Amino acid sequence: MTQDLVVYLVFIVYALGMLITFGTILTWVERKQAAVMSDRIGANRAYVRIPFTQIKLIWWGLFHGIADGLKMMCKENFKPRTYDQVAYAIAPWVVFTPVLLVFAVIPFGGTLDPGRLSPALASWFGGRTYPMQIARLDAGLLVVFAFSGLTIIGTMLAGWSSANKFSLLGGLRAGSQMISYELVMGLTVLGLIMIFGSIDLGAIVRQQSGVVLGFLPAWGIVYQPFGAVLFLTAAIAENKRIPFDLPEAESELIAGFYTEYTSMKMGLFMFAEFIEIAIVGALFTTLFLGGYNLPYMNDAGFTLPGGTTIALGHAAVVVIQLVAFLVKTMLVCSFQILVRWTLPRFRYDQVLMFAWKFMLPLALVNLAVTAVFLWAQQGGAR
Amino acid sequence: MKVAYQRKRYWNEPTLTAWERAYLPEILRGLGITSVVFLRNMWRWVTGRKGALTTYYPEERRADYSPINRGKHVLTQRPDGKPQCIACNMCATVCPAKVIEIEAGFDPADSAHPKYPIRFEIDYSRCVFCGLCVEACPEDAIRMDKETPHLTSSDRHDMWLGLEEMLTWNPQRDVAKPYPAAAADGPRHGVAP
Repeated sequence: MTQDLVVYLVFIVYALGMLITFGTILTWVERKQAAVMSDRIGANRAYVRIPFTQIKLIWWGLFHGIADGLKMMCKENFKPRTYDQVAYAIAPWVVFTPVLLVFAVIPFGGTLDPGRLSPALASWFGGRTYPMQIARLDAGLLVVFAFSGLTIIGTMLAGWSSANKFSLLGGLRAGSQMISYELVMGLTVLGLIMIFGSIDLGAIVRQQSGVVLGFLPAWGIVYQPFGAVLFLTAAIAENKRIPFDLPEAESELIAGFYTEYTSMKMGLFMFAEFIEIAIVGALFTTLFLGGYNLPYMNDAGFTLPGGTTIALGHAAVVVIQLVAFLVKTMLVCSFQILVRWTLPRFRYDQVLMFAWKFMLPLALVNLAVTAVFLWAQQGGAR
Repeated sequence: MKVAYQRKRYWNEPTLTAWERAYLPEILRGLGITSVVFLRNMWRWVTGRKGALTTYYPEERRADYSPINRGKHVLTQRPDGKPQCIACNMCATVCPAKVIEIEAGFDPADSAHPKYPIRFEIDYSRCVFCGLCVEACPEDAIRMDKETPHLTSSDRHDMWLGLEEMLTWNPQRDVAKPYPAAAADGPRHGVAP
């Protein structure tokens, strides 16, 4: 019992730390990647001076995130004269909290056997093993969709309670856009659920550790390449990032649903957005990129296509799995930033048209083709 | 009678080919362009070169930074180190921004130039760097350096420069106005040609 508590506490601390680190680092990555993409250097003037010396640590502008945070905290805490102070106050938290909760069901590593890590732990744990995941729920994917659906309420609350017409318009746009893309996102994943026969994210990842056709890793993107593209598009749209950032289109709506928010309350919205990038990255990694699995790797080591096996110790396997998950997530985040700095913004009618007249039919076609294929594979009309 | 709305036809209607209308290929091409630029620049940074067009001013300077740029003012000196300025106030008079303040003093010991500046101050928060003071000076006592005065400050009173900061000209290195070893040249020395 105590062992379980300790292990899950470690998992929770790791997951929270990872998400918050991702949120902070991504602000820097976004700036730097945008700069390098457009032949610039990027933010690099903030520094930390070691006390009593003249040594200034610049570290490629990494400290700009800290400077941003300090600025947010020192700013005036403006409150609009609104009739619904409570909704106004809780709206950032309603956006921020579910974003963190989504990560509870995402497996960030394989099975951890603490007894095999060090002999001192072996007697205490007595052979218990733990899949590296905070909550092992059978309804994993449903929980993901439920919690990411909650953020819609937060944005609409913010738009409604700000007593500002720009905010209200932004909230309305956010609501209709996120509901539309939530639907598309769910439909694109359905094909994958049919193939893997489970909505438990841990089970989905475990099924992706094998090999198909002898050499291809059995990742979701191999089974559902079309679904993967649709899913990523819908996820970026649901995250309200450029080219789908209509709820906060600054040329039309100032800042959309968070026009009236200042200081750290506005910072929470921004932070939630950056963490959501990481969540989308983690989710895409889990569903389509094999999660923590490297190609040809299982819990015992590598099994190369030729039949060669490389055995690895348990500690090495755990570390490789954790790092593989982080690297894959970071790459997907980087791709999202690439999209954000390449494509221009849609018009609002185009966004909804894109969801209902383009993405939805394609998702349905993808689903139908998958269903027919599976039916044929399982014997068809015998 | 109600007329149905008709969209205005422009003479330069945008024309898209079917390929561009399909949207997705062009999106992919755009992503390809940006990622190639990203990878190229990143490769330059990683291999120790510079992957940006930015000049990291003021640490770096562009090659075409003008050598005759009008920047910070310099007061020239006589070989004995005193300012060449005779406090005639011509620069202060011609200055369109009225930023020069001179307080004249009397030095009976130096009979050639008894009038000299006790105080010579320029307010750089208002200076427009037009160079008229340099042209107005009859004594070649004020010039302009190509370096800009780096006076970043949150207080406008920190943006004044006085005699100590501006008397930085070193007579040994001046080409425009050589001083032959003539400290003993007597009272004629230093009079403008």
